[in-house]
Amino acid sequence: MACTVRIASPLRSYTAGAATLTARGSTLAEVLGSLEQCCPGIRFLMIDEQDRIRPHMRLFVNSNEAHELSAKVADGDTVHVICALSGG
Amino acid sequence: MADTLWIGTRKGLFSLRAHQGRRGWKLAGPQFLGHIIHHVVQDPREPRVLLVAARTGHLGPTVMRSTDGGRSWREAAAPPAFRKASDGEQARAVERVFWLTPGHRNESGSWYAGSSPAGLFRSANGGDRWEPVAGFNDHPMRPQWAAHATPDGEFLHSILIDPRDPRHLYIAISIGGVFESTDGGTNWTPLNEGCAGDFMPDPEVPFGHDPHCVVQHPLKPDRLYQQNHCGIYRLDRPGRRWQRIGKAMPKKVGDVGFPIVLHPLNADRAWVLPMDGRTVWPRTSIDGRPAVYATADAGATWQRQDRGLPRSQAWFTVLRQAMCIDAHARTGVYFGTTAGEVWASSNGGESWRCLVRHLPEIYSVTHAA
Repeated sequence: MACTVRIASPLRSYTAGAATLTARGSTLAEVLGSLEQCCPGIRFLMIDEQDRIRPHMRLFVNSNEAHELSAKVADGDTVHVICALSGG
Repeated sequence: MADTLWIGTRKGLFSLRAHQGRRGWKLAGPQFLGHIIHHVVQDPREPRVLLVAARTGHLGPTVMRSTDGGRSWREAAAPPAFRKASDGEQARAVERVFWLTPGHRNESGSWYAGSSPAGLFRSANGGDRWEPVAGFNDHPMRPQWAAHATPDGEFLHSILIDPRDPRHLYIAISIGGVFESTDGGTNWTPLNEGCAGDFMPDPEVPFGHDPHCVVQHPLKPDRLYQQNHCGIYRLDRPGRRWQRIGKAMPKKVGDVGFPIVLHPLNADRAWVLPMDGRTVWPRTSIDGRPAVYATADAGATWQRQDRGLPRSQAWFTVLRQAMCIDAHARTGVYFGTTAGEVWASSNGGESWRCLVRHLPEIYSVTHAA
């Protein structure tokens, strides 16, 4: 299953500047694994070694925020990767 | 390579390159603008290799590596990370790579990294792939050793490798104490006897102390110094009891600070930069008048060195990685401040001048040659 992944600007040095990519998978974990294949290193920026979403990252499947990597992703969905910046 | 100061800041990496025999310094950067740079370290075995401990506030921690003296960088393929936790086990994740130390001179390509929360990691391939050091990270006592973290978490730093024996290691944890391994990191024992722990109910506990910076003399590896949250100490091995040499500091200055650096050839010479540990612990320059203090007799006496430094209203702090020294006959001593200034002395601290101002908050100043 293919989905669209929209990438926040702080991560685009890992996507050769691309704001939107196509990835495959039926869960968020699979989608991020697919993303890692084409953009090595990008997953660890978002997900820690215990498979938790990092505190300043927000992941949405369409308009629903995902809190677990087991979140379902359907064919044609859009995954939004958003950075929640804070402080100065 | 010319004398270079690598400056890690809260917002990126800068460098100052010396010319005209250290009379002039040229600022370059920033590289990694927007990234927090905790440490920048040159590999003495391959001087064109540099490693950087980096992260941004909102992305994950990582290590960057240069093999061309800092012109270009490549990210580690596998940055330091704890092993995946088993069911029911505390699941730790590296929040920041805080400290980098090149491995033993006979172990080309080996590096160690310390993290927050306290973790020890090793790379065998020049910093590209990192593995957790299970002997420390999974030690049954580790939860107790690093049990008293401040809200920022505890930091593992001051990773020291005995130049005579790559299996003989020291590490320090703020807060946790100093620990020693004689078997390459498989087993560890606390080494804190004699250190004060004024913030603890029982000051004679074997661990739980707050070493801010621990250094080992390269030519006299049995000589250790420590700038602790509660004093300045020296330890001559095989002794196990730290001596509080900070007691010889002026009472109105005290012996609280973050960094301590050693003369590369003379194990009796050390420099510290005291901060205010009175009342609510402002941790700024004392009375707004910064000064370096130097000893030439292993801490028996200390001399104030403030010629050229601001005489009043200078309220900065110098963090533990932000002071360094070079190997010139006329010793260069350098420090960077939380106010974004780099100060230098080319005469062992007798006089100081400001090399650059207005950088972001400085976390690390290291010398490369």
